[in-house]
Amino acid sequence: MVTHESGGGHGHHAPPSGFIRKWVFSVDHKVIGIQYLCLAIFSVFLGMALSFLMRLHLAWPTVKFFFFKGGVMTPEQYLALMTMHGTIMVFMVLTTAPQSGFGNYFLPIQIGAADMAFPVLNMLSFWTTFVSLCVMVSAFFVAGGAPIGGWTSYPTLSALGEIAGPGQGAGETLWIVGLAIFCGASLMGALNFITTLIDLRTKGMTLGRMPLTCWTWFVTAILALLAFGVLLAACILLLLDRLAGTSFFIPGGLVVTDQVITWHKGGSPLLWQHLFWFFGHPEVYIAILPGMGVASHLLSTFSRKPVFGYRAMVGAVCGIGFLGFCVWGHHMFVSGMSPYSAFAFSILTMTIGVPSAIKTFNWLGTIWGGRITFNCAMLFALGFVSLFVTGGLSGLFLAQPSLDLYLHDAYFVVAHFHLIMGVAAIFGMFGALYFWFPKMFGRFMHEGIGKVHFWLTFIGVYAIFMPMHFLGLAGNPRRYSEMTAGPFLVALQPLHAFISVAAFVTISAQLLFLFNFLWSLKAGKEAKEENPWHATTLEWSIPSPPPFDNFGGREPVVYHGPYEFSVPGAADDFIPQHLAPELVRKA
Amino acid sequence: MPGTIVDDVEIIDAGHGGGTPPPAGGDDDGDSSGSRRPVPRRAYFTALQLGLAAIVMFFMALASSYIVRKGLGTDWQRTPLPPVLWFNTAILLTSSVTIVVARRKLEGGERGAFQTWWWVTTGLGVLFLAGQIIAWRELAAAGMLLATNPSSSFFYLLTAAHGAHLGGGILALFYVAFRPWSRSRISQGTAAELTSIYWHFMDGLWIFLFALLTLGR
Repeated sequence: MVTHESGGGHGHHAPPSGFIRKWVFSVDHKVIGIQYLCLAIFSVFLGMALSFLMRLHLAWPTVKFFFFKGGVMTPEQYLALMTMHGTIMVFMVLTTAPQSGFGNYFLPIQIGAADMAFPVLNMLSFWTTFVSLCVMVSAFFVAGGAPIGGWTSYPTLSALGEIAGPGQGAGETLWIVGLAIFCGASLMGALNFITTLIDLRTKGMTLGRMPLTCWTWFVTAILALLAFGVLLAACILLLLDRLAGTSFFIPGGLVVTDQVITWHKGGSPLLWQHLFWFFGHPEVYIAILPGMGVASHLLSTFSRKPVFGYRAMVGAVCGIGFLGFCVWGHHMFVSGMSPYSAFAFSILTMTIGVPSAIKTFNWLGTIWGGRITFNCAMLFALGFVSLFVTGGLSGLFLAQPSLDLYLHDAYFVVAHFHLIMGVAAIFGMFGALYFWFPKMFGRFMHEGIGKVHFWLTFIGVYAIFMPMHFLGLAGNPRRYSEMTAGPFLVALQPLHAFISVAAFVTISAQLLFLFNFLWSLKAGKEAKEENPWHATTLEWSIPSPPPFDNFGGREPVVYHGPYEFSVPGAADDFIPQHLAPELVRKA
Repeated sequence: MPGTIVDDVEIIDAGHGGGTPPPAGGDDDGDSSGSRRPVPRRAYFTALQLGLAAIVMFFMALASSYIVRKGLGTDWQRTPLPPVLWFNTAILLTSSVTIVVARRKLEGGERGAFQTWWWVTTGLGVLFLAGQIIAWRELAAAGMLLATNPSSSFFYLLTAAHGAHLGGGILALFYVAFRPWSRSRISQGTAAELTSIYWHFMDGLWIFLFALLTLGR
């Protein structure tokens, strides 16, 4: 089937030998993918630690803990934790792991390429991301601490400096600079992804034969390419307002902390909101689309059936990507926008329900009547579908301006975006990791621990986020550090305690995952065959872990679609993409 | 997919953009002795176009902000544009002509003439940037600083952003002139072509920004 030439290349294409060139400043897309995943795993545990502290305080606001100055968290400290939790999770986890992590590792292999189109640019992209993370996290350690403006960093308070609160001085500046650096890193990555996918596909790998994972990485990269430039422009304007005294976002006549702001006038904070959300809404799809691709891939592989409606799936992904650029205004219903604009944004937003429903229907169609294997990867893919539906349904509520006015600044929104953007995307990544772990590291992750991890996480996230819908309907505002102010909030306190306990259990389950991950690297069951899942795509035609140049200098040829499972008349229940027609065994 | 096994198979349909051309093709064979297949020449053009798309989005965000900010409130004052900008514009347009001449010379094999015209282009690019700095100094001397008025803020911002991108173009011009091309993945001709596309784009972008700053005052 596959013959591997000896991989020893010459010249500057030869595999690097030193530790630094091989593992630190590597140009190999697989190493860079793993570097991105490590960065994301570090970030996700950091972000989770911040949410742990927040939930601790929300559940028991008066209890003293030694790690807060004075024993009790102040509202400003809470906001700083919230800001950094959101920022780190959105940018360093949800943007890096699905796309830059798994995409880097598997996109070139799945399309039969030896590497990304521009390996050095790829390396540069990762290290720029790393610098960005360092700059952002350093905000914790400067005078005033981390910024308190939220991950959306709305002016005017984000543009005025220290006067707007602790953390709004040096911390906020570092935050904006870090984000601007991240924009550069993402643009480099996106450019590389798209070029690779357009120009480096191997013989026979037509667009219609690409795995859906590749399609989603492709559309995600296009979104990133078009969105991050806008965020970069917004960051520069905000920095100028802060540092150079311009007035892009700051109106006149503000009174902040008992001081009249006289040195700014005429700007509009709404301008920031438009720029930010023009980026921010596509960003949501940057986080979730790769998860959709992985879910489609896993549901098909572990149901032993072709993806139901492959073309419709591709169309839906493109449709979601396109509509993603037309709906940013639904984040701004409470900004006082014209009801006519709100109506237009509302209709467009609900239109996204159509491609989303197509995807969900096709996922169900894919597993319908299939011979399903309930392993960890499949469980997480099914969990993804469940969370996507649950989180998506509340989106239809929020898409209506009249309802959003009430719910926007309440916990309902927290429940919605955590389920659909945060947890669903993470489930996609867990599925991807359990599925591809044997290919990446030559060993399996432990299925038993993995299943415990899945069920604890699956039940845990529902226990955390379902009650938040009720909190939101009851009018519980978000971004508050304590619910002790009014009687109606005090009545909701037991629910907060329940959510916190659920969160602690879920966080503990992630430690189980971390243990499984590290333990399996060393002592997991060895993946002896190249294709243990009997999957069809090209990464399963090469050894585990793949050699430096993936295909040993050989150019694979693709003859089949990506999901040819249970083809009638064939002896095996799967036909690998690279298998020549004359080699397909007949039943 | 179901139903057929053999008939369904279309053999090696490279299609548009699918598949790698023979490695020895064209002038872009770097060293193919290594185990990795060379990246096709067109990938560099794809990447350039994508990069330009991202740059367009960046400048469109700034231009939209310009238009929105101008429509807000009553504090917008017209920034008097220094006349030297017209001279700078002429310089930049000329450089687009000289880079075309340089590439023709390279294609015709006249390496000496190519070098000359390439350096003329580089010189004109540096001259343009110097002219922009003169414009800044004139504006500053007239009392219009970065934070004086939103219109002057945008003037400095847009010219600086364009200047930074053009500076990248000048670095590319130097790179094409100085790099030893014998061992590289692409030929000097390809690199010159890529650089000239970027250069023309920067030219066009400046015309757009200049029109915005002049007509949209």
